Amino acid sequence: MDFEFIQSYIPLYVEAAKMTMKISLFGIALATLIGLLCSLIKTLKIPILKSIVIIYIELSRNTPLLIQLFFLYFGLPKIGIVLSSESCAIIGLAFQGGSYMAEAFRTGIDNVAPIQSESGLSLGFTKKQVFLHIVLPQAIATSIPVFCANIIFLIKETSVFSAVALADLMFVAKDLIGIYYKTDEALFMLVIAYLIILLPISLICTWIERRVRYAGFGNTSPVSGN
Amino acid sequence: MKQEQILKVEQLVKSYDKNKPVLKDISFCLKKGEVVVIVGPSGCGKSTFLRCINMLEPIDSGTIYFKDQVIRREEKNVHEIRQKIGMVFQSYDLFPHKNIIGNILLAPLKVQKRTKKEVEFEAEVLLDRVGLLDKKEAYPRQLSGGQKQRVAIVRSLMMHPEILLLDEITAALDPEMVREVLQVVLELAKEGNTMVIVTHEMEFAKAVADRVLFMDEGVIVEESTPQEFFHSPKTERAKQFLNTFHYEAI
Repeated sequence: MDFEFIQSYIPLYVEAAKMTMKISLFGIALATLIGLLCSLIKTLKIPILKSIVIIYIELSRNTPLLIQLFFLYFGLPKIGIVLSSESCAIIGLAFQGGSYMAEAFRTGIDNVAPIQSESGLSLGFTKKQVFLHIVLPQAIATSIPVFCANIIFLIKETSVFSAVALADLMFVAKDLIGIYYKTDEALFMLVIAYLIILLPISLICTWIERRVRYAGFGNTSPVSGN
Repeated sequence: MKQEQILKVEQLVKSYDKNKPVLKDISFCLKKGEVVVIVGPSGCGKSTFLRCINMLEPIDSGTIYFKDQVIRREEKNVHEIRQKIGMVFQSYDLFPHKNIIGNILLAPLKVQKRTKKEVEFEAEVLLDRVGLLDKKEAYPRQLSGGQKQRVAIVRSLMMHPEILLLDEITAALDPEMVREVLQVVLELAKEGNTMVIVTHEMEFAKAVADRVLFMDEGVIVEESTPQEFFHSPKTERAKQFLNTFHYEAI
């Protein structure tokens, strides 16, 4: 292992890591929004929109991210829509992640007992208020473990973006291998870089999950009353 | 004294499965200040009846009037009517993500848009009355079942309902907790609150009811005063039902 080589290319990896994190941040934020919106539409059973959401989710989940990216990067220019690598990456991640997030929130919503809605209704809340004040907060708490898993999954998925010439971590590693044949060093740094990004997120997720486990609001231990 | 009629149900039919109606032609009327207790074997339709009154279930046919106004689940104003008809359920239904005071204040603040200061004061008075003021900041999961049900009653009362529907609110409680909940209900009855109560606690029914309805297989079989019903039931079915609560014969 050539540590001098590693040392000299650390700045390059730092730049690439920034790109990976930037794409992840925007992509996942958008995916979360799309997910919330889709789960909302599915729960409220809004006609037409609901069918669109179902088609979107199936399309998004059942096609590989790489193919979705190729469509954005190589396909769309044919009809005159040219997107930068960055835009493609963010849109691609949001498109792919949106369906995963939607299903995470959907599961959370389904797990809220019907009696919760009913007691809300019998207090005079409208259906919308019941959803907003009673169902959603509980649904978010129960979907957090899957939500966290999705975040980590989506950050790892960004590694395919080098295929559309995005200067992310994977791209830099491939570059170094191509130019210098320093395969070991380049891949070693790649693994380390992903670990540095993902480990803290993973730890934070575990901490949050522990806080909300059993949707145990206001209590961190799984002790319950009668 | 002429009492104002507050709720009227005419020929209510309800079925979950088309061939097996749960409620067959129920007619019922409730006066202001009256406490009606509905008893009957499991599955006779008591709970469904309460749920229909609160429009939580679609009905097949029949009409429900709240103060001369026809109420329907499909109407736009259904949530406004529901504010006037409070309901407490068998399973503890407090909102787990809110603490006790949060549970109690949510509807008055969001639905009635009252000021926080005003409702908080009222909430504290009511919590104190049911002996739970010190649990104000606790979360539902830190409370016992009996405490949760008392909070659920307070939460309903905060909306100043004109009718309170209690659906077997002690059925899921440990025996030693039943009393603390029923005591609260008895006090509410004494104060003249209008209530429809479904319960399996016969001694409590005797004590609280102005009128007892005995339901079986989706119909009201017998309707009388508690004295009449518990001491000299008119129908064979009611006699059989009441016998199930006596163990001397075994």
